[in-house]
Amino acid sequence: MKHILTTALLAASLVLSGCGKKNADGSSKKEDTIALQNIGSDTMVNLAQAWAEAYHNVEPKVSVEVSGGGSGIGVAALINGTCDIANSSRKLEKEEEEKATAKYGGKHPVEHHIGYDALAIYVHPSNPITEISIEQLAEIYKEGGKFNKWSDLGITMPSGQDEIVRASRQNNSGTYHYFREAVVGKKNDFKQGSRDMNGSKEVVDLVATTPSAIGFSGIGYRTDKVKVIKVAKKTGEPGIEPSIKTTLDKTYPIARPMFMYVPPTAKPEAEKYIAWIVSEPGQKIVIKEGYVPLDAFAPKDAK
Amino acid sequence: MTSSRSALSIYGEKAIEWLIRICGVSAIIFVFAIFFFVFREGAPFLADEKFSLWKFLTSTEWYPTSMSNIRYGTFALIAGTLSVTGVAMLIAVPFGLGAAIFVSEFCTGKLREFLKVIIELLAAIPSIVWGFIGLTVMNPVIQTVFHVQVGLNVLNAAILLALMSIPVMVSIGEDALKAVPDSYREAAIALGATRWQLIWRALLPAAKNGLLAAVLLGVGRAVGETMAVLMATGHAVNVPHSIFDSVRTLTATIAAELGEASEGSPHYRVLFLIGILLFTITFIVNLVADFVVKGIKNK
Repeated sequence: MKHILTTALLAASLVLSGCGKKNADGSSKKEDTIALQNIGSDTMVNLAQAWAEAYHNVEPKVSVEVSGGGSGIGVAALINGTCDIANSSRKLEKEEEEKATAKYGGKHPVEHHIGYDALAIYVHPSNPITEISIEQLAEIYKEGGKFNKWSDLGITMPSGQDEIVRASRQNNSGTYHYFREAVVGKKNDFKQGSRDMNGSKEVVDLVATTPSAIGFSGIGYRTDKVKVIKVAKKTGEPGIEPSIKTTLDKTYPIARPMFMYVPPTAKPEAEKYIAWIVSEPGQKIVIKEGYVPLDAFAPKDAK
Repeated sequence: MTSSRSALSIYGEKAIEWLIRICGVSAIIFVFAIFFFVFREGAPFLADEKFSLWKFLTSTEWYPTSMSNIRYGTFALIAGTLSVTGVAMLIAVPFGLGAAIFVSEFCTGKLREFLKVIIELLAAIPSIVWGFIGLTVMNPVIQTVFHVQVGLNVLNAAILLALMSIPVMVSIGEDALKAVPDSYREAAIALGATRWQLIWRALLPAAKNGLLAAVLLGVGRAVGETMAVLMATGHAVNVPHSIFDSVRTLTATIAAELGEASEGSPHYRVLFLIGILLFTITFIVNLVADFVVKGIKNK
């Protein structure tokens, strides 16, 4: 859904930029803008948009056109050669890397690590739960898992609605893949019947409007209408709050690196753009948008 | 006078005749081209030894991207599509045909023109906007009115689909009623029939075929709708037990997953098989309609 929305936006922006060009043709010819297509991860789309806007002031000639849809969409675009930069909240799978390399005549796409995202576990503010362990999450989400009711976790819901409403993601999402790997288990599958939302924001929205729901999404999507709970590696261990510090020192158990992939045939502006992203100004935006920056750029007083 | 027609106008007419003929035939070409394309993409997988058609149709387990145990069961998706369409029709048929009767038989002058414009406006609302309404307006309404956990469910999507198919039903149904000759109405009134008797005994039987066509077009609209149901059903693979359960439809599955499935992969082929399945469902609906219409005619 987000994908289609962003495509529509993209179409609109193309029309607008088309108009802009006409003006430029009329007045001054030298201002030829270079458009970079930046497609992929829904987790990263807010960040990518913020970067694109900020970069416009740094390099007015380059316009970065961002669209989401999911890491799978980004990777597909990389393999099909329809983007300049692919965003992905998971590493390229071996098979995908091979396909992409074959597409570019033996040249590998370039991987850039551009920050981290802590995967937050969201519940409704009225839910009394304060922390959860990876094992408990697995029992809730995996096929054959034992926990279907909040009372199974020892939680009494004030609303009286005991059934756990699971919010998940569509299966081309990088977040979905990461959650399967880190929580559900690579060998396992998700329990069927979860609400598979088409975007990180939709997951948070569903949790915000459903008292008995639980969901996972990047910490960048946190709002006042949902509660982020602590996550423990094992039942009995203390829960860890997702933050810049706990992500970087790896105590928060479900955080992952975010990547940008550049096809070897991309315009040189793409590499320049990413060089800016992994520099001070780019990484400041990472923090501002609620994600976790690269280790070197973490604020000293980070909690 | 005919002899004075110029060569140009004769050939011009021939050319236009051909143009129109091509337009007519093009519909057939397009339908077959689409058939061919969808079958070409989906059918090879039918022969795959790992694929079982029985499981495809009867298993409720849809795990197309599993790392350990890939399963392609669409029963839950079929149940999702049918439940949403069925409930939508329960709402839409009485409202749609009622509105058609009202517009055609009871309304006159300005009110009628006004109503027709409004109903056409209803048809012009893009489906994504309907989906948005389902997500942001209907969801909390259903939650508070029915005290259910999630408002994104069969009922939500069915109401949206009903509202989307009603305009189709009204305009086709109204045409069907208008096509009944006035002599029927005059005869019925002359026999002393009340308005109710006139509609129930004379007009509805006479317009039966057209009204059935109106309903079936509505069904077609509902089965094929994607965007609104993707947003409003909750998108959960689940065989519904009540109208408050979340479901996922066949169309929404294709929309959500085709973007990523790499071309030629089993997942991609299975999504095209779902396309064939959708084709089959609408084909059966149309066929049944044809038989029903013929059956009525023969009586």
